[in-house]
Amino acid sequence: MIEIENVRKSFGPLEVLKGIDLTVKKGEVLTIIGGSGSGKSTLLTCINGLEPIDSGRIRVDGTEVHARGTDLNKLRRKLGIVFQQWNAFPHLTVIENVMLAPRKVLGIGKAEAAAIAEKQLSHVGLGDKLDVYPSRLSGGQQQRMAIARALAMSPGYMLFDEVTSALDPQLVGEVLDTLRMLASEGMTMICVTHEMKFAREVSDRVAFFSKGVMAEIGTPQQIFDAPLNAETAAFVKLTQD
Amino acid sequence: MFSYTFQWKQAFAKLPLMLDGALVTVEIALLSMALGIVLAVALTGFRLSGNRFLVAVTAAWVEVARNTPALFQIYMAHFGIASFGVHLSPYVSLLIGITFNNAGYLSENFRGALKAIPDTQARAARSLGMSAVQAFGYVVLPQMLRIAFLPITNQMVWAILMTSLGVTVGMNFDLYGVTQDLNALTFRTFELFALAAVIFYVITKIIQIGARLIANRLFRY
Repeated sequence: MIEIENVRKSFGPLEVLKGIDLTVKKGEVLTIIGGSGSGKSTLLTCINGLEPIDSGRIRVDGTEVHARGTDLNKLRRKLGIVFQQWNAFPHLTVIENVMLAPRKVLGIGKAEAAAIAEKQLSHVGLGDKLDVYPSRLSGGQQQRMAIARALAMSPGYMLFDEVTSALDPQLVGEVLDTLRMLASEGMTMICVTHEMKFAREVSDRVAFFSKGVMAEIGTPQQIFDAPLNAETAAFVKLTQD
Repeated sequence: MFSYTFQWKQAFAKLPLMLDGALVTVEIALLSMALGIVLAVALTGFRLSGNRFLVAVTAAWVEVARNTPALFQIYMAHFGIASFGVHLSPYVSLLIGITFNNAGYLSENFRGALKAIPDTQARAARSLGMSAVQAFGYVVLPQMLRIAFLPITNQMVWAILMTSLGVTVGMNFDLYGVTQDLNALTFRTFELFALAAVIFYVITKIIQIGARLIANRLFRY
């Protein structure tokens, strides 16, 4: 379970998170929608401790992320994150990209790590690209590789930060299909996204962020068909036209 | 007017002595590169540390190394510090001078290479649970090495050529020093120095070809 309590975060004079409260249960798929600058991506990087917070509390399975004694390297093993920019490691082949963390972080042997990597890469449809360098892959393929790389650590949670935003339109579908597959397998996911159709389809709950505040959270039906908040309604209307 | 008679045979007779000298030249260049790389890594770290004093040390080092003649740097490493009562052998002075020059140039190359790797690479590595050291060692460093590889090769070639400046501080058993002494004994000036030039050329060519072969093996992406 991920518990977020009254989290505040500023970049200089700009307050990007103004007291966020949110709980994500095991097995849940939560999507976060909202305009740019609403703080949704920042929240994800706060959850895995890449960004410090100013006040409040984030707990992952009871471990407080920003507490002084927390071993973030250890905590991050159970929080897979995939970014808008997929950040393939260009000097490693596809399979080496996926094997690296299991080997060096979890200390798994080479053969076993290769087996894990191969399984995850086949899972995202890259089973025939194992020994290719990332520069030979399309954006969509690189993004799926990044997903496999995160999955290879057997995380309990997956955080997706606008993973289709940097892709050519024709490549968005293949990445969303991968996310749908993970959701159907019961993976606990938080997806920050601009893909409204996708959000409506896969989410258990949808949260709408606006100017650092979570303006509304509810079922996809509520958010998209009968939003209670005027801002949510305006945003949904704008993005569905 | 043109009355010089070439006597190549005399020069070739000295080839074994010159090749012995060439070994010393290669040895100094290799040592100065090994030390220079270590120092350059430290200087790069200094520059990135944000500590004012360390940044100033690096800046001064880089400025002097890159904007003064290598001859001056070697002179200072011998006669300069001798003024303060520190007397070093020509070999050590030459090694220090070239190392100083190498470190200055290489640290700038390393800084550039580091800058060329986007922060998001380390971020992605950290997100996978790697420590800062692991992220640097497995993700950032290998990519830096590729970018810095060619400059390192160039500097190695420079180091070989810079050894010739050792004669000015009394170095007499490297390739250039040996040639100089043989010239004083035999006066076969053109032949001896032409031969030395060919040996220098062959050494630097071997370095360049070798580096290309290594690069082809190492950097396949």
